[in-house]
Amino acid sequence: MRWLDVFVMAFQAIIRNKLRSFLTTLGIIIGVGSVVAMVHLGQSATRSVTDEIASIGSNLLFVMPGTAQRGPGGVRTSAEPFELDDVEAIAQEVPDILVAPAITVSPTVVIGNANETIPVIGTDNNYFAVRNHRIAYGRAFDPDELNAGSAVCIIGTTLIDEMYLGQEPLGTTLRVGRTACRVIGVLEEKGQSMGQDRDKIILMPVKAVQRRLLGSLDVQTIYVSALIDGSTGRVQKDIESLLRQRRHIASPKDDDFYVRDTQDIANALASTTNTMTILLGAIAAVSLLVGGIGIMNIMLVSVTERTREIGIRLAIGARTRDVLTQFLVESIALSTLGGIIGLVLGIGGTWLVTSRLDMPFLLAPGVMLLGFFFSVAIGIIFGFFPARKAARLNPIDALRHE
Amino acid sequence: MSSSARLRNDDPETPDLPPAIIRMRNIFKIYGSGSAEVRALDGVDLTIRDGEFVAIMGPSGSGKSTCMNMIGCLDVPSAGEYLFRGVNVGGLDRDELALLRRHFMGFIFQSFNLLPRVNALANVELPLIYDGVRRSERRARAQEALRIVGLAGRESATPSQLSGGQQQRVAIARALVTEPPILLADEPTGNLDTAMADGIMSQLVQIRAERGITIIMVTHEPDIARYAERVLYFVDGKLVKDGIPAEVLS
Ligand SMILES: Nc1ncnc2c1ncn2[C@@H]1O[C@H](COP(=O)(O)OP(=O)(O)OP(=O)(O)O)[C@@H](O)[C@H]1O
Ligand SMILES: [Mg+2]
Repeated sequence: MRWLDVFVMAFQAIIRNKLRSFLTTLGIIIGVGSVVAMVHLGQSATRSVTDEIASIGSNLLFVMPGTAQRGPGGVRTSAEPFELDDVEAIAQEVPDILVAPAITVSPTVVIGNANETIPVIGTDNNYFAVRNHRIAYGRAFDPDELNAGSAVCIIGTTLIDEMYLGQEPLGTTLRVGRTACRVIGVLEEKGQSMGQDRDKIILMPVKAVQRRLLGSLDVQTIYVSALIDGSTGRVQKDIESLLRQRRHIASPKDDDFYVRDTQDIANALASTTNTMTILLGAIAAVSLLVGGIGIMNIMLVSVTERTREIGIRLAIGARTRDVLTQFLVESIALSTLGGIIGLVLGIGGTWLVTSRLDMPFLLAPGVMLLGFFFSVAIGIIFGFFPARKAARLNPIDALRHE
Repeated sequence: MSSSARLRNDDPETPDLPPAIIRMRNIFKIYGSGSAEVRALDGVDLTIRDGEFVAIMGPSGSGKSTCMNMIGCLDVPSAGEYLFRGVNVGGLDRDELALLRRHFMGFIFQSFNLLPRVNALANVELPLIYDGVRRSERRARAQEALRIVGLAGRESATPSQLSGGQQQRVAIARALVTEPPILLADEPTGNLDTAMADGIMSQLVQIRAERGITIIMVTHEPDIARYAERVLYFVDGKLVKDGIPAEVLS
């Protein structure tokens, strides 16, 4: 028997029973489709998390008062806040870094007739480099404004797109809390991130926020950017020992502040998404297995139904291996077809989801290949038993079958 | 094994007759055991020579089909010796039996046994597929076989679109397309009316005259049996009469 004829025969059998063939492979379609989609989506999620972290600022450390461990009630234990002196000291004592203070408040902002609660960050000009969020046009704060805590602000693009009527924000005034604030610059657009609009932001000189909005000299967060790649560990140690000294924490006592590396956060998030990917992928793989059992089930039914046909073939001179290959090729063709359809649907689905969620769309050829070979393997494994059953039929019994 | 090679007659008792292609010695086929034992064949001795046209007759359940299946190597005996063209069939395995059927036997069944939902041409091509014949040659040979049985032009009809007589002709074309030396027919006219039955029989007679093939046919009807030159009569698994139709049927 020629291989070409074997394949033609298998495809004719599949086409003769279109609906049944489709339903048979549906399990494989769903299985391969979901494995491919899960793994691809997981990969996209991991990538978007790491991209995210990189866009926050590379080699970035957060320094915050309190302890990282949570208290008994799940509340972060409070501690003495930082002041601008601490920021100054870190900048002076720790080499090869850039430091920016940050005070975040959320006052009501009024622009013309619109009013909305918008995060306002009090900081200085290091912010742009440290947080990797540059000025698109306009200018940074000048030293006088920083020293005096002038009521000037640099705004994110959302304020222009959604709240300004005109496209000429520079020089206009908006009311932040009770302060009238002049716009001197506009930040580059950063887009959405994890459901947050990073362009819905107002930057003001740190002293302006302290005095006009907060009413205290506290600094909530200190951002530190290590200028030398891979030096965040060293910088973290330096900051810790400096702050322990400044805050008079003797050796056995724990820190009442903490320093967080964005890389740690990135790794933690990435490992979470990886775990999710593996979990969902495993569930999808189980559905693939179920799909295989579906194929075996239908092939067994088909062998029983076609017993007489098998008898005719045996009488005509088909050997054991002729019948075995016929049914095996049929099940492999079914599962491979299902695998290909599943692959296309899985990738299509991934593309749809990633484009909707603004996530990067990455193809994983390894996973695609794996999905394909898995579906072929399922055809072989789950097709073998029914095919062997067909091939072992006794010609006379098969011919007599009703 | 070549189907066209003539056999030497090695039978010293009958040097002037054609060679024996089928020799059965004390063949038994037993189903069940103990009190439920059925002897479908009960010690059958039988010789069929090259080119004979033999009808197998007997009451229902007498073992006709069983004997036929044994001859066609679809079934193996419980005991006894079957020599096919001098080869002991008892020593062959499943696949060797399949090859033997492929090259030496053409089967025709009472219920036609065509593949449903597959057209006439594809049905006739089927044995050639297993023989590894190329598609174009297969087509040509199947078309020719259908022409011989008078079905030229009906190649694309499926069995459900053909009458019983036409279906049986397709089955004959399928049995003959590999040009086997032996044609085995189990009640080929059993499902057909008299006119159709006569049409099928004259077809078989004509093909035999042209190709010199051996035909072994099971039938219930004396009128059909009269087309043969020799009648074997079975009762309860035993071969009780063997002779020319006029003799046996009287
Ligand atoms: N697979 C089987 N299992 C048990 N008994 C069987 C089997 N096949 C045939 N028999 C029995 O063997 C005997 C001979 O059967 P066979 O089919 O050869 O009869 P037949 O002469 O062809 O009858 P008919 O004219 O009705 O076709 C019958 O008694 C039948 O019941
Ligand atoms: Mg019978």
